[in-house]
Amino acid sequence: MTVFKGRTKGLTDAKLSYCPGCLHGVAHRLIGESMEELGIIEKTIGIAPVGCSVFAYNFFACDVIQVPHGRAPAVATGMHRARPDRIVFTYQGDGDLAAIGTAETIHAANRSENITIFFVNNATYGMTGGQMAPTTLPGMKATTAPYGRDVSDTGYPMRLCEILSQLEMTNYIERVSLLSPKDILKAKKAVKKALQYNIDGKGLSFVEMISTCPTNWGMDPLKAREWAKENMLPVFPLGVFKDRAAEEAKEKEAE
Amino acid sequence: MGKKVLMKGNEAVAEAAILAGCRHYFAYPITPQSELIEYMAKKMPLVDGTFLQAESEVAAINMVLGAAACGVRVMTSSSSPGISLKQEGISYIAASRLPAVIVNVTRGGPGLGNIAPMQCDYFQATRGGGHGDYYTPVLSPSTVQEFADMAPLAFEIAEKYLTPVMILGDGMLGQMMEPVEFPDSYAPQKDPSEWALGARRTPDDRHIINSLYIDPYVLQEKTETLFEVYEEIKKNEIRFETYNMDADAKYLIVAHGTAARVAKSAVDALKEEGVELALIRPITLWPYPYDAVAEAAKGKEKVITIELSMGQMVEDVKLAVCGECPVEFIGKAGGVVFTPEEIVSLIREKIS
Repeated sequence: MTVFKGRTKGLTDAKLSYCPGCLHGVAHRLIGESMEELGIIEKTIGIAPVGCSVFAYNFFACDVIQVPHGRAPAVATGMHRARPDRIVFTYQGDGDLAAIGTAETIHAANRSENITIFFVNNATYGMTGGQMAPTTLPGMKATTAPYGRDVSDTGYPMRLCEILSQLEMTNYIERVSLLSPKDILKAKKAVKKALQYNIDGKGLSFVEMISTCPTNWGMDPLKAREWAKENMLPVFPLGVFKDRAAEEAKEKEAE
Repeated sequence: MGKKVLMKGNEAVAEAAILAGCRHYFAYPITPQSELIEYMAKKMPLVDGTFLQAESEVAAINMVLGAAACGVRVMTSSSSPGISLKQEGISYIAASRLPAVIVNVTRGGPGLGNIAPMQCDYFQATRGGGHGDYYTPVLSPSTVQEFADMAPLAFEIAEKYLTPVMILGDGMLGQMMEPVEFPDSYAPQKDPSEWALGARRTPDDRHIINSLYIDPYVLQEKTETLFEVYEEIKKNEIRFETYNMDADAKYLIVAHGTAARVAKSAVDALKEEGVELALIRPITLWPYPYDAVAEAAKGKEKVITIELSMGQMVEDVKLAVCGECPVEFIGKAGGVVFTPEEIVSLIREKIS
């Protein structure tokens, strides 16, 4: 067997606790590799959320804190204000970030705290067993939407990149996917760029990663990826929604 | 001591916290502690400190959690309904073994209640308040001077035992003005580099702060460790004040904070009439001075607890007295503070 790339130093040797086919491992790897390549593992503080990725404190090789459900952007604010010389990132799921933590997310973004938010969107509540998330697709079944999500009753899926990019001072907002090798390479660039922006003190960076939950969706991993491509991407289009630092640099060049 | 200045309680505790080295403060406005947040807004930038008005009490306490995890002296303040919102974060701070100071300038409740001084959050303050098995040391000031003195004390206790500490004032103490003196120097912060995030001393010295223990036996062990710390706090940190204790008194008054001030004037007034009353004022509400109250109650005909509530601390007094003599209660809801004449006549009724 040919090993193309070894383990990244940005992750510990701990065995990942995720279900087979879950893409959290890929997301972790992208963050770990980026920290290693940027040489910031020892300077970074990660924030583990509540949900499947709560155990992230076992996996990231940087300092990590585990915090109350939804409150990661507020904790990150306190941390960054206490240690502006450190790189602070949050790692959050869609329930954590878009439901219970909506206020903390929007206000940290509005202040453009110099932090990075990694947002893993799999349209469901994974750890608690597949309940409806704010990102659950119209008609999509969930244990708390057994007849499929009825938008007239529960609203349309919340699109956080679109919402946050409206805020004046947010720096960098991009939605990527983890659904194919090509997408993953693109996602890596976004993750690294977001961390670089925070090293540079550019303000809030936000990378949403479209992911899957084969276990709760009741599909095998490959089918889940295909399903996400067909159904999630039309609702959550990929792309850069905002890149203030790049725009400013371009304007400067034009002058 | 430094110079004497006339200040509101809310301002005095803020100034003392800054003098004690607190450079990070996160809060959300609420009456009757508004002067505290406004004082911090004005003063923190002048000392290169962080002042941030959070989007909610929930966010504010989690900003405190983040800053505390990085090993800085950090404080928040609020009032009753705001403290209810902060309880989730306080539970996490307690479980994560982080030092932080929370000032609670209490008001009337339940619900939105009113903004008048009450002591009806005694249960919430002294019984953990949030979810889980934990306690928060609680300091109850009775004067503006004491309110100020408790800021550095709270930081010292917080850092010694790695716990959140609450200063439980009330709207009266927050709003009233009294002369207050600040000392020239304060105890320095304890070195947090052994546990703080962002404080690696070697590449392998990775710090994790966590309150999740899926294995029930591990959680049991962690909780037991927490309670060993609480035993230490009980051993070392119980504080109380006695008044007119040497007198040949048949009755003992127990009161804390603002109620104790009124009770003291009643003790003086009744003394002039020849009625001797002893008084004990718990300064730490948790850990509670059970032994001291029991000792003070020895040989008394009656113990009278006075509170600005429908009766909460009276349960601790009963636990302390343990049936040795009757425990009576004088209380008041709504946020109206007893006048000295009123309290004298209520005490007279109880002892006649």
